[in-house]
Amino acid sequence: MSEDSKQAEAVEEKPYKPTSPSSKLNFDGFWEYDDAPQSADHVEYKDQYDLFIDGEFVAPEKGRYFDSLNPATEEKLTSFAEATQQDIDKAVQAARKAFNKSWSTLEAKERGKYIFRIARLIQERAREFAILESMDGGKPIRESRDVDVPLAAAHFFYYAGWADKLDYAFPGKKAEPLGVAGQIIPWNFPLLMLAWKIAPALATGNTVVLKPAETTSLTALKFAELCKDAGLPDGVVNIVTGAGQTGSAIVNHDDIDKIAFTGSTEVGKIIKKSLAGTDKRYTLELGGKGPNIIFEDAPLDQAVEGVINAIFFNQGHVCCAGSRLFVQEGVADTVIQKLRDRMETLIVGDPLDKNTDVGAINSEQQYNKINEYLEIGVNEGAEMYQSSCQIPETGYFCRPTLFTNVGQSNRIVQEEIFGPVLTIQTFRTAEEGIKKANNTPYGLAGGVWTDKGSKIFKTGSEIRNGVVWSNTFNKFDPTSPFGGYKESGEGREGGLQGLYPYVKLQ
Amino acid sequence: MKISEITKTVPIDEVGVEERVARLNSRSIKKESKVQALKLALSMIDLTTLEGMDTPGKVIQLCQKAKEPHVALPDLPTVAAVCVYPNMVPVAKKALRGTDINIASVATAFPSGMSTLDAKLEETQQVVEDGADEVDMVISRGEFLKGNYSYVYDEIVAVKEACGDAHLKVILETGELQTYENVRKASDLAMHAGADFIKTSTGKVKPAATQPVTLVMLEAIRDYFYDTGRKVGMKPAGGIRKAKQAIQYLVLVKETLGADWLTPEYFRFGASSLTNDLLMQIVKQQTGVYQGVEYFSND
Repeated sequence: MSEDSKQAEAVEEKPYKPTSPSSKLNFDGFWEYDDAPQSADHVEYKDQYDLFIDGEFVAPEKGRYFDSLNPATEEKLTSFAEATQQDIDKAVQAARKAFNKSWSTLEAKERGKYIFRIARLIQERAREFAILESMDGGKPIRESRDVDVPLAAAHFFYYAGWADKLDYAFPGKKAEPLGVAGQIIPWNFPLLMLAWKIAPALATGNTVVLKPAETTSLTALKFAELCKDAGLPDGVVNIVTGAGQTGSAIVNHDDIDKIAFTGSTEVGKIIKKSLAGTDKRYTLELGGKGPNIIFEDAPLDQAVEGVINAIFFNQGHVCCAGSRLFVQEGVADTVIQKLRDRMETLIVGDPLDKNTDVGAINSEQQYNKINEYLEIGVNEGAEMYQSSCQIPETGYFCRPTLFTNVGQSNRIVQEEIFGPVLTIQTFRTAEEGIKKANNTPYGLAGGVWTDKGSKIFKTGSEIRNGVVWSNTFNKFDPTSPFGGYKESGEGREGGLQGLYPYVKLQ
Repeated sequence: MKISEITKTVPIDEVGVEERVARLNSRSIKKESKVQALKLALSMIDLTTLEGMDTPGKVIQLCQKAKEPHVALPDLPTVAAVCVYPNMVPVAKKALRGTDINIASVATAFPSGMSTLDAKLEETQQVVEDGADEVDMVISRGEFLKGNYSYVYDEIVAVKEACGDAHLKVILETGELQTYENVRKASDLAMHAGADFIKTSTGKVKPAATQPVTLVMLEAIRDYFYDTGRKVGMKPAGGIRKAKQAIQYLVLVKETLGADWLTPEYFRFGASSLTNDLLMQIVKQQTGVYQGVEYFSND
């Protein structure tokens, strides 16, 4: 090729950036971090767990148990009891008795003391809870240690404070407890979701029957032991393990006054149907397909970091994950390049290694579902990019993935994948970005990235989401209410608002 | 490229920068990777003495330290360079003859930069003539803060030219620039004007190097590399005294710019007392125990 034709081509094409190999960053090879495993030797757990009913561990009536795997090794960790109708009856009875005999009549200040004690005990055993959470659920120890467990303790501290101040929460009204709350929680944040459920229920004088998810019940049963150590009156907290049928027995139980559920939209709809026509109160915190909107005036390096946190935090098993990225066209190429380079530095592997950024997918079922979606994406014509990181041979691990060349009509854009998979779309005007962001049946959480304050407020108020973060993502605090619009749920958890679902106001 | 394009404000979110640094600081560097990092950090040091009371005697002894950091461990890498005031360049040149250790000299009316351009250029030419391999210049912060970017740019270009083959490190004095956005802007100016390295501080102003400032500068280097394909080096200077801090800086570099920058060619520490802490940690890694401070030379 002659010099002239080269020049002519350059004028025609005018690439946005030089694409020579020299401008590629090199993230492999030299100076790899050695393993830094968190020792788990001192953490004790039983081979088999019974149900926690009326302050005691009791065997399930039908005597059935099921195994729980460590998703990072695919080895059996322990086994849990399967609670059936009779067990649920017993648990609800115990909760009712505790409600009538002790908990609802206890002086509010004393109730608060128990909850404070629980919070302190969680802090004291933080390391133990963090390790078990990572072993049972596959999340990186960095997250269970720095996010899940401290936030769980913070929730108990926060609601402990409300216990004797309910008159100030609802001025001029008398807040009375509902009775027995049936609570069903998911597998993505086992202990934290337990805290979100139990703390406000106890603070307002209710007793609970809680079912953790079948793949991640370990920290809930450890929490049961902690309740005993805290001297909590028998029956105030009951933990029953099992899968969907157990959950259904709770939802349909006649003597339960309130259902609190966090989980998939699919199950949420079933629950809502079952509750129709009953006088049970309910709150539902369901799925999401959170939009993250980057405007061209955004602090891009920090926005990229925020996007990484939004989608790869907890392997993307987050209902409020920012799984749909919208980037204004002027900066789209830059953002994608930065995202790809940043993804190269994510360390995927052993959840107990202190340097792990992305741990194991929670279960085989979820692992298969994510892989199915990757296939769907590719078949839909989207362009897939995956981090070139090493992943362990055993265990359920998934490479951080992003899809470009996608549109609103694609399934990977519409449906919740609940894994480390991000879709990227561009937009030209703010209006277009907001419209696309809202074009989903979900409405849980989203993010806005811009340097301009007025744009934050305008966009934030137009996105139909329960939570909108600006220039940050996945920030949680017990004082802040959390919950969804549309098919992402009903009711709020956290903050003063989180007390409402557990009280009758007179 | 027009000056107005180079100095376009790049928005930087302070909270985001600091969170990113905090997250990188949570990396746990153990075993072999720690030893490797300690030795790497040692090889990246610009062993520095910049005091009004510096004497040839002091500089000669520092050069000895540069050549032989710790007698008990003869296989250690040497430091990258010795950094001195202009009048000490001939002394250092003589003391370091026959070694691979570079001589870096501060110039351009260090540390304030409050002099005429002619005087700065003359000083630069002089130190290069005397044998400096690297020149650490300061930017005119007053002109920068009042928005006279073309002055700052032209000055760097002129000094770069006066450097000839010597490497130019441009000190931004980030402690005087007030905002991360200014740090970013000064980095962009310096790189476009031809800097081989950008450097945080003179060490005479507090705060000197911080990790968030370093991250902002590394990100500027990354964007410049994306745009031009040219690699610019980074030198945090001042306040880095502990091996642990040095390793944290290396993590910042590794995860922002990748392995290609993990070499003295593209990354330096402006420090002096850091050397001994690195040596202590290296000995600790080898023997399992800490030696007393008196076992390490304090030049």
